[in-house]
Amino acid sequence: MRRILAILMENEPGSLSRIVGLFSQRAYNIESLTVAPTDDTSLSRMTIATKGDDKVLEQIVKQVNKLIDVIKITDITDRKHIERELLLVKVSAMNDKSRTEVKRITDIFRGNIIDIGKQVYTVQLTGNADKLNAFIDALQNETEIIESARSGCVGMARGDKALRL
Amino acid sequence: MTTELFTGAEMVVKSLSALKVKYIFGYPGGSVLDIYDAIFQQDEIEHILVRHEQAATHMADGYTRATGEVGVVLATSGPGATNCVTGIATAYYDSIPMVVLAGQVASTLIGNDAFQETDIVGCTRPIIKHSFNCRTLADIPDAIAKAFYLANTGRPGPVVIELPKDILLPDNKEPFTIDTEIKMRSYNPNIKGHPKQIRKAAQTIADAKKLVVYSGGGIVLSDASELLTELVETLQAPITNTLMGLGGISGTHKQFIGMLGMHGSLEANKTMANADVILALGARFDDRVTNNVEKFCPNATIIHVDIDPTSISKTINAHVPVVGLVDVVIQQLLDELKQIEYTPDEQALSQWWQQINLWRNVKSFSYQQEENGKIKPQRVVEAMYKITNGEAYVCSDVGQHQMFAAQHYPFAKPRQWINSGGLGTMGFGLPAAMGVKLAFPDKHVICITGDGSIQMNIQELSTCSQYSLPVVIVTLNNRSLGMVRQWQDMVYGGRHSSSYMESLPDFIKIAEAYGHVGIQIDTLDELDEKLTQAFNIKDRLVFVDVMVDEKEHVYPMQIRTGAVDEMWLKKGVKA
Ligand SMILES: Cc1ncc(C[n+]2csc(CCOP(=O)(O)OP(=O)(O)O)c2C)c(N)n1
Ligand SMILES: [Mg+2]
Repeated sequence: MRRILAILMENEPGSLSRIVGLFSQRAYNIESLTVAPTDDTSLSRMTIATKGDDKVLEQIVKQVNKLIDVIKITDITDRKHIERELLLVKVSAMNDKSRTEVKRITDIFRGNIIDIGKQVYTVQLTGNADKLNAFIDALQNETEIIESARSGCVGMARGDKALRL
Repeated sequence: MTTELFTGAEMVVKSLSALKVKYIFGYPGGSVLDIYDAIFQQDEIEHILVRHEQAATHMADGYTRATGEVGVVLATSGPGATNCVTGIATAYYDSIPMVVLAGQVASTLIGNDAFQETDIVGCTRPIIKHSFNCRTLADIPDAIAKAFYLANTGRPGPVVIELPKDILLPDNKEPFTIDTEIKMRSYNPNIKGHPKQIRKAAQTIADAKKLVVYSGGGIVLSDASELLTELVETLQAPITNTLMGLGGISGTHKQFIGMLGMHGSLEANKTMANADVILALGARFDDRVTNNVEKFCPNATIIHVDIDPTSISKTINAHVPVVGLVDVVIQQLLDELKQIEYTPDEQALSQWWQQINLWRNVKSFSYQQEENGKIKPQRVVEAMYKITNGEAYVCSDVGQHQMFAAQHYPFAKPRQWINSGGLGTMGFGLPAAMGVKLAFPDKHVICITGDGSIQMNIQELSTCSQYSLPVVIVTLNNRSLGMVRQWQDMVYGGRHSSSYMESLPDFIKIAEAYGHVGIQIDTLDELDEKLTQAFNIKDRLVFVDVMVDEKEHVYPMQIRTGAVDEMWLKKGVKA
């Protein structure tokens, strides 16, 4: 099962490497990992998308919690939650046809063309992983993808629930 | 008024003093010379110079296991620090608190592959509880105070502190303050068990017909053995200990059914397999206990008490998990049992004990000592037990001798049995014994070892001369890596690939070369007398080299991939 874990931790040198080390040491899967300081810059917020059965997930949550830097961890997958990922993709836009198609698909997915080159468009899209995958598929049918970068997902529970100190 | 200023090196020593440290175990080198200079100029803390940094970690570890006080290790950057890795891992796997101060090249050089630069924080990341990189002088007291707190609370473990040379130098001084009352928002180990879980646990115990208590190293670490004994006597149930938990209850207590696991007693493993409720206290269902987890006690309801939530339901699913300090939780359980007016079910209990006594009667630890035959290793352990009245600290290396000691020396008290259980580190025994002897100079301290293990840290005989640490080393000399050879006999068709010691040294001469006493024992008729003589020498280290039967195997032994109670009793004889 794919799971999204939200982690609040001390924003200190070494914190990230401890998390990454833990996952590799115990052979846990990391599909994506994002991290940045929060509004309170003494804290970092990390989102990890991972896979595993219930037993593995229980261990992952406990093991992460055991790291001294970690303040809180929650598995947001079970509850109603918001999941977003950012995609930047550079596609070939050599002729009118491909330019129109890229523009059309981008509009349908509510993305933005944010940069153009002589023969390329760069498109930005946010959404959950499924939406990004579908967008990439659609683009691939019409033109050539030259470069793509995905941020990995960030997530948050819906409603009043908050992960904070 | 001007405030007094201190160098980083002085701050290291002052911080350790503030934390009441008595000894530092270490070895000098370029990056930590300023600390050594600061140590030289004070007399509150004594530095013990070992002959190899690995021994410093094991010596600190042994000191800690015997006293409960956090051991401190000091090593230089690069090779000094990497030499500590095995000792740090050894402490980690047995949850022993330790603080390791490792030198580092100057901050400006870090990352440049400078002379004697290693990323020791990176190297040790998977085998520590936590680590600190100090970058300023002010970081030093803070890191040291936190390191002690972290090492010694919750589930204990080693903490590494990296100290770059530039923050230790004499030209850089600042005022010194240390706050030893530590609070960390990200670290709040559970102390008390959840009341609901305690009620559930007590009820499960009350409903049990065939209860067994299975306790581990957690009891020793949290000094909970008196409470454990009270609980076990209230329950009147059988109790088994893990290798790490020996001494948690007296080895001669009538409810004690021996160690469990790979080389545990038949009665302990049978009792586990047939129990309807298992009360696990400060133990972690290690694979050397469970044997095949798929076949592990399928009918038992498992109550698992541990300070570390990751230990619970990791290998074996717990039906009643309780997270908390084991001594606190045992007290809670005792209170709850009183509350529900618990009395054991006499009839069920007597049937249960009848059954257990049948298993006991098999006498699975028994062995055959022939009058004119070679000395059996078990016989040596029994002799040591008699001579020391069962009161010695027994520090073991790793191998057959370790198992024979665990089986045949019933430990009356916790902290008496000191061995590397989780990592199984050969070379642990001698330095650990030295740490114990340093703490308890008037007690018998034995290092029981093998001809293989002793050679992994034999250079420490030199440290023993320097600091006058008269431990008694008893080598069960079977001219081989016995435990390896046993597996080769049982699993690899008797092909003894590299398990023989082709050119053993004359251990007596080695001992004498370092200024110690050597005693050679070759035959059974001289065993008791010469061993007694060894223990009567109080002011000199005695190295006893006992020639034992090289063919002896450790029995009983769990059958690989079998259930917890499937065991070989003897060669070719299944239980
Ligand atoms: C550092 C290290 N290397 C290898 C091993 C694997 N090992 C376990 S027991 C053993 C043999 C130990 O021989 P000895 O010390 O003579 O003890 P004996 O089994 O003969 O009593 C070996 C090699 C280990 N536990 N630790
Ligand atoms: Mg041997």
